[in-house]
Amino acid sequence: MSFINYASREINCKIVYYGPGLCGKTTNLQFIYQNTAPDARGKMISLATETERTLFFDFLPLSLGEVRGFKTRFHLYTVPGQIFYDASRKLILKGVDGVVFVADSQEERIDANIESYENLRINLKEQGYDLDKLPFIIQYNKRDLPGAMSVVELHRELNITDVPEFEACAATGEGVFETLKAVAKLILLDLKKGK
Amino acid sequence: MSNPTMVMYEEEFQEVNDLIERLLKEANAKMIFLVDKNGQLISGVGETERFDTTSLASLTAGNIAATGGLAKLIGEKEFSILFHEGEKDNLHISIVGGRVILVVLFDASSSLGLVRLRVKKASEELSSIFEKLMKKSEEREKYGSSNFPFAEITDEDIDNLFK
Repeated sequence: MSFINYASREINCKIVYYGPGLCGKTTNLQFIYQNTAPDARGKMISLATETERTLFFDFLPLSLGEVRGFKTRFHLYTVPGQIFYDASRKLILKGVDGVVFVADSQEERIDANIESYENLRINLKEQGYDLDKLPFIIQYNKRDLPGAMSVVELHRELNITDVPEFEACAATGEGVFETLKAVAKLILLDLKKGK
Repeated sequence: MSNPTMVMYEEEFQEVNDLIERLLKEANAKMIFLVDKNGQLISGVGETERFDTTSLASLTAGNIAATGGLAKLIGEKEFSILFHEGEKDNLHISIVGGRVILVVLFDASSSLGLVRLRVKKASEELSSIFEKLMKKSEEREKYGSSNFPFAEITDEDIDNLFK
């Protein structure tokens, strides 16, 4: 649910990075944080365990500049990927405007990817959203690893609805901004359509 | 429900600000801010420049969401008030009109009793402002006079954001 403030001329939107444990959601946000001008970003908050696994969420506010005299702000969130944090994942999805599904390209993670994708669909439905109607992007992460499946195979398994997809290596930053840009664009176009 | 957008207009923004300004004085608080349940900061008054209000807003909403989840697990609808006591500063967090979160930061120069009392009174007024706001934005949407800034947005506008 975006928030439009006519008084301060601001539009705020919420993007959620979803995906199985250790697929690189937090790494995506960290790369964006490290490679954005300090005046365009706020503080990155990570609610993580002592072993740096996401416990509740990561949060990164970005301000991208003005469109038609309105400041556009995007709030980026990640969910905790581990299966047993499902209750927390549902909470983060509240008020979402767009979703990035980060898939782990390694062959041994394909079942985890599929499970997480189905979990996303179910959790959105519980909040009253339909994944097929939301701005939605899939990112195939960890393309650099030797055990990575081909994009054709990943597409067949995960991209059932044929949404925009990107190859990435979040650790080096490849594909990270392309993914963000694509989802932000879909959200803004969705806002336009909604009126 | 697909994706209802929350809208704030200048008139209501002023009303909200006047009201929380008054609450700030009456409750002898240091800072007050309003957040929507999704973590977007609506407004803040008092010593806001001393704090990272964007982060505060996001964490407050996370906090309310988590305690709301707890409430449901034990069969409650929600916990409408949260209180965090620190060594010097305290936070009083409450849900207003079911959809907005009111956060009051105060120290020893005020008291929990006073804050609770003033918040209760102000909450009723805030609720009615937000109700009015919802009706107004629904009506504007219905009659297509929302004057929506993004209706004319082009691909080029969006591309420019990422330069």
